[in-house]
Amino acid sequence: MKTIHSRTRLLKEAHFHYCPGCGHGIINRLLMEVIEEMDLQESAICVAPAGCGMLLYNYFEIDVIESAHGRGAAVATGIKRVLPQNLVFSYQGDGDLAAIGTAEGFHAANRGENITVIFVNNGVYGMTGGQMAPTTLLDQVTTTTPTGRNSDLAGHPVRICEVFATLDGACYLERVAVNKPAAVVKAKRAITKAFQRQLDGRGFSLVEILSPCPVNWKMTPHDACAWIDEVVSKRFPLGVAKDVEDGSCS
Amino acid sequence: MKRLMSGNATLGEAAVLSGCTHYFGYPITPQNELTEYMAKRMPETGGVFIQSESEIAAINMVLGAAAAGARAMTSSSGPGISLKQEGISYLAADELPAVIVNMVRGGPGMGNISASQSDYFQATRGGGHGDYRTLVLAPGSVQELTEVMPLAFDLADKYRNPVVVLGDGMLGQMMEPVDFSGLKRPPDYEKDYILTGAKDRPPRKIHSLIFDTKLQEDHNWKLHRKFQLIEQNEVRHETYLADDAEMIVVAYGIGARIAKGAIKRLRQEGLKVGLLRPVTLWPFPVEMLQGMAKTVNDFFVFEMSAGQMIEDVKLALGGRGRVHFYGRPGGVIPMPVELSRIIARHYYQAQARGRKKQR
Ligand SMILES: Cc1ncc(C[n+]2csc(CCOP(=O)(O)OP(=O)(O)O)c2C)c(N)n1
Repeated sequence: MKTIHSRTRLLKEAHFHYCPGCGHGIINRLLMEVIEEMDLQESAICVAPAGCGMLLYNYFEIDVIESAHGRGAAVATGIKRVLPQNLVFSYQGDGDLAAIGTAEGFHAANRGENITVIFVNNGVYGMTGGQMAPTTLLDQVTTTTPTGRNSDLAGHPVRICEVFATLDGACYLERVAVNKPAAVVKAKRAITKAFQRQLDGRGFSLVEILSPCPVNWKMTPHDACAWIDEVVSKRFPLGVAKDVEDGSCS
Repeated sequence: MKRLMSGNATLGEAAVLSGCTHYFGYPITPQNELTEYMAKRMPETGGVFIQSESEIAAINMVLGAAAAGARAMTSSSGPGISLKQEGISYLAADELPAVIVNMVRGGPGMGNISASQSDYFQATRGGGHGDYRTLVLAPGSVQELTEVMPLAFDLADKYRNPVVVLGDGMLGQMMEPVDFSGLKRPPDYEKDYILTGAKDRPPRKIHSLIFDTKLQEDHNWKLHRKFQLIEQNEVRHETYLADDAEMIVVAYGIGARIAKGAIKRLRQEGLKVGLLRPVTLWPFPVEMLQGMAKTVNDFFVFEMSAGQMIEDVKLALGGRGRVHFYGRPGGVIPMPVELSRIIARHYYQAQARGRKKQR
């Protein structure tokens, strides 16, 4: 018998602490698969967030530093400027990157920092119990929008890929999802491409990943995955938001 | 050879000569000359300069650079230092080395851009959240920056802890002749904690989230033991005409410089006044003060604030002696002659009290 797929050796033998049906576990696995396939284990340095991805060092067989809430892109900048040959990426939620750490992410992109941001958009603050995130959809009920998000009071869902696409320093921005096998395959391809761009020295890359959070969305895992297709991806269209193919984009 | 340089530029050059390779900063007066000096000097020396989008970003870039093994620094003034406190707390928790310069201005709030000593509490009490300390060095002259900067980088590496250099607008902006020939680059330390990619070793992690309260307590005690070691080994101070003094002025930084001028005058008039200048504000020269209190009864604290270091003086004296105070908050810089008059008044009153007691 031939093995065609196995668990990546870069994932530790630990149980994920993520809730049932959560997308973080899939994204964690994809990252380690890509790093193994690209043979980057000895080079990769991950900046973990404050958020559900906080404990990445319990799962990843690579160097990991935790950052303060939202400061991932600044910490990654500091590391990359010391170790330009290493693969440096931050892993950030939508509260982390699109609220408290918008300035750090935006300006890292604008400087064309040669780093990658893995941006997990699950539409809520998972870690703290399901409060509104900047990406929360209109009318979506969260613990801090008990009657649904009202744009008059709480603004509109922020589209990070589209905003960052206006920045000359950003070279590769793609939005993907992890709600079904075909989407997961595409997500993996996008992560691979982003890392390759970094290795090629092209500048700032970001992969936004629509990720289910069934517990805080108050849905079954199955319904949460369907909701990404039917509702979430209407506001957050999948696909490449920016790709500067040739030369440096910074 | 001596060069005429501003304190801010001197600080930058001293940092470069101390092996600093990464500078991250955001403009704020009265330290802009340092940021500008580094913008020019870091690329010349193969180092990295980034003008960050904020002080929060700058301190987190320092954290990243330190985690990757570089000698890194940032600088700012009060309002920006407040923003850096988050990062400083993480640096202390993660046990990462860094040097943070604060050219203090008048506060609170936006305050003004004059020289002040109003950030003593913030610097010496940790400043950010959690149980931690930062070493605080208070240089008193432009030349002294050439000693303090290598010391700051050395202590940061030695103890894996953030070190604050507490100057002020006057020290930063005045020009004085400087000689760099005595500056010794601190040694490079073995760093078995840095992240460089898991090559030929198991993966490493740097984090301060410790869910298990027992483990968090262990970590905090470990930090505490380190801080005790620092208190034992790293106190630095200077005395001036203190041996026969009947009154000791306690002042630091530019305040001590003004106090020296005042004491010089008072000595000419025959008043036995001396100076204790803490060079490390934390750890504070507690034992020195306690030793002095065996022969001296009157301590005169002078600060360019409404009174912050005075709390450490009182704590150190523990009720012994009498503590006098003169403070000028808000960025006012008194002349030595003004200070000498106030000290003289307190001195004569203390003598009169002493005579009364004898009778
Ligand atoms: C300065 C600061 N403010 C608030 C928090 C509390 N906090 C931790 S994670 C988080 C939000 C996490 O949400 P998100 O970034 O969307 O990631 P998720 O948990 O959903 O993956 C918050 C508010 C913190 N750790 N630090």
